[in-house]
Amino acid sequence: MTLYALRRLAAVAGVLLVICAVTFAIFYLLPSDPAAHACGKTCTPEQVTLVREQMGLDRPVHEQFGGYVAGIFAGRTLGTGPAALECSVPCFGYSYQNALPVWDLLTDRLPVSVSLAVGSAVLWLAGGLAVGLVAALRRGTVLDRSLMAATLASASVPVYFTAMMLLLVLVQQLEWLPYPDYRPITEDPAAWAGNLLLPWMTLASLYAAMYARLTRASMIETMAEPYIRTARAKGLHERTVVTKHGLRSALTPIVTIFGMDLGGLLAGAVITEHVFGLPGVGQLTYDAIFKADQPVVLGVTLLAAFFITLANLGVDLVYALIDPRVRYA
Amino acid sequence: MILQVRDLRVSFPAGTAVDGISFGLERGRTLGVVGESGSGKSVSSLAIMGLHREAAVSGSIVFDGEELVGAPASRVRELRGRRMAMIFQDPLSSLHPFYTVGEQIAEAYRLHLRTSRRVARERAVEMLAEVGIPEPRRRADEYPHHFSGGMRQRVMIAMALSCEPDLLIADEPTTALDVTVQAQILELIRKIQEDRAVAVMMITHDLGVVARVADEVLVMYGGRTAEHAPAREIFRSPRHPYTRGLLASVLRLTAGEEEDGGRLPAIPGNPPSLLAPPSGCRFHPRCARYAAAPDDACVTEAPEPRPAGPGGATHRTACHLIDISGGRR
Ligand SMILES: Nc1ncnc2c1ncn2[C@@H]1O[C@H](COP(=O)(O)OP(=O)(O)OP(=O)(O)O)[C@@H](O)[C@H]1O
Ligand code: SF4
Ligand SMILES: [Mg+2]
Repeated sequence: MTLYALRRLAAVAGVLLVICAVTFAIFYLLPSDPAAHACGKTCTPEQVTLVREQMGLDRPVHEQFGGYVAGIFAGRTLGTGPAALECSVPCFGYSYQNALPVWDLLTDRLPVSVSLAVGSAVLWLAGGLAVGLVAALRRGTVLDRSLMAATLASASVPVYFTAMMLLLVLVQQLEWLPYPDYRPITEDPAAWAGNLLLPWMTLASLYAAMYARLTRASMIETMAEPYIRTARAKGLHERTVVTKHGLRSALTPIVTIFGMDLGGLLAGAVITEHVFGLPGVGQLTYDAIFKADQPVVLGVTLLAAFFITLANLGVDLVYALIDPRVRYA
Repeated sequence: MILQVRDLRVSFPAGTAVDGISFGLERGRTLGVVGESGSGKSVSSLAIMGLHREAAVSGSIVFDGEELVGAPASRVRELRGRRMAMIFQDPLSSLHPFYTVGEQIAEAYRLHLRTSRRVARERAVEMLAEVGIPEPRRRADEYPHHFSGGMRQRVMIAMALSCEPDLLIADEPTTALDVTVQAQILELIRKIQEDRAVAVMMITHDLGVVARVADEVLVMYGGRTAEHAPAREIFRSPRHPYTRGLLASVLRLTAGEEEDGGRLPAIPGNPPSLLAPPSGCRFHPRCARYAAAPDDACVTEAPEPRPAGPGGATHRTACHLIDISGGRR
């Protein structure tokens, strides 16, 4: 099991390197000139050339890439002479927009996105699993059909619409919740949760609906398995049959999807953050793309890739814990 | 009589799968139940175990003096696994993939005999040894996918017998196994039955299995009794045209004409439909006797099982054209 985990970790490193190279290549091939962006609109062509040399953009692409990767692990000095910038480990370069280190930008924003993702994940897992389970066990009844109709509706509403409706009702009309304003959990956990409740509900209503449908389908399929009949034939209580024998198997496909969803969200929920004005990685991504801020885009891409590969690894490990057949494969 | 079934009927919304069968079973005896696919063998056995969830069960099932039809579900659940147990055709899908075989055997024992985890585990090891699994202590900690087909069926048998039931229902326990393994499993069931004086209901397609283990045979056709007699009489002097057809085709098989894995072979025509069963005797569209000498009663009136043949009251046949005295009309 430990060996398996180590092997998988090595594979993750490889995947990240490849993603890094691909992202780098895409930017290299793009027509936009980062030097011109960095220099500003008033620069003369001579100045741009100078900046390009400063930024090392005149060097061959593999050297640039090597420098970038080396910077992540060993730090690097960007530019030469008096304009040289010391970029400490882990160096992901500087933003073209405000000359701040990309790493600092990411780490500043990350707690917001992580809070958003984890909080909503708790909500949607609890809600989605409960609804899906009840619907599966009451399959074909009015309750099942109403729940499924509700989830269908909930899943088909766009996030920004849910956000607007919740804002309108819970914030403006009823004044039950404050307008979201991120407060670090370390300062004031109650304010942190209170402010994030609305974005959590927004994201969770979308995901919970999908998870409810998934759980229902998976549970119905599992409960038709011959080993469930065996469990009943043993005289077990239906409660035990459903939880110990049914639910555990039914959850395996859900673990996979949950890993992917959580991994994706950790690197920023672009629309939700945008709608609520939360200063998360999603917002950072949104701005960086519009401003062609290459180092930042590269940074968030790597971050997203990191989280998704990590989530995949987590899924595989959890899978191996749940299903003994995977452990020995 | 440990089990007395009278006029058992099981109906699904789509139709009636078992339409009035009756038989009794003594401790230490084996009833072989044969019939084509869809004749209602499994549906009958699941009704005895109280495992139907969406079917209407009527008639009478008296287990050790206690009426089970209409009994509270909780009472039937107490008997299940404790005093009546069941094994199924496909031992792999009938065992839970996520739990060790030791855990699965111990589960019912712990529940019904209210023992500690440790005692139940010892019982599981003891049962594995009894069904002939080498190194039972080590193998108790392995998962079903580590076992071969025959060994899995041994595990199922160990699980079914752990609480020393009075009745064992085996629904095609050897159909999924190799021929040599089939013989070993049958021998095991026979031996255990002798040691423990358990009553066995052996459901099978295979008349060879019946010949090997059964004391009595119930031949089912289209959810009804065709013939019910001591095993020796079924093979020596079958009365019902359907039984005769079955035996004749087995003889052809053993004579080497065709080979299809021991399934009940070719009597021309198809099994009757649940939705629109043939009028009168359900077998008449395929009956050689009726084809040779059509009789109105065969299409207008359902034949009731009545005593026929040298066995007197113990040999019952549902056919209009069989003379009670044993001769042909
Ligand atoms: N849950 C159910 N709902 C509706 N019909 C059913 C259900 N279970 C069984 N049946 C029907 O009842 C009939 C008898 O089925 P059963 O499984 O008892 O046959 P069988 O004799 O065991 O056949 P086989 O040899 O294939 O196992 C079949 O026509 C089957 O389609
Ligand atoms: S009752 Fe008639 S149709 Fe039915 S088995 Fe007897 S002879 Fe054949
Ligand atoms: Mg069957």
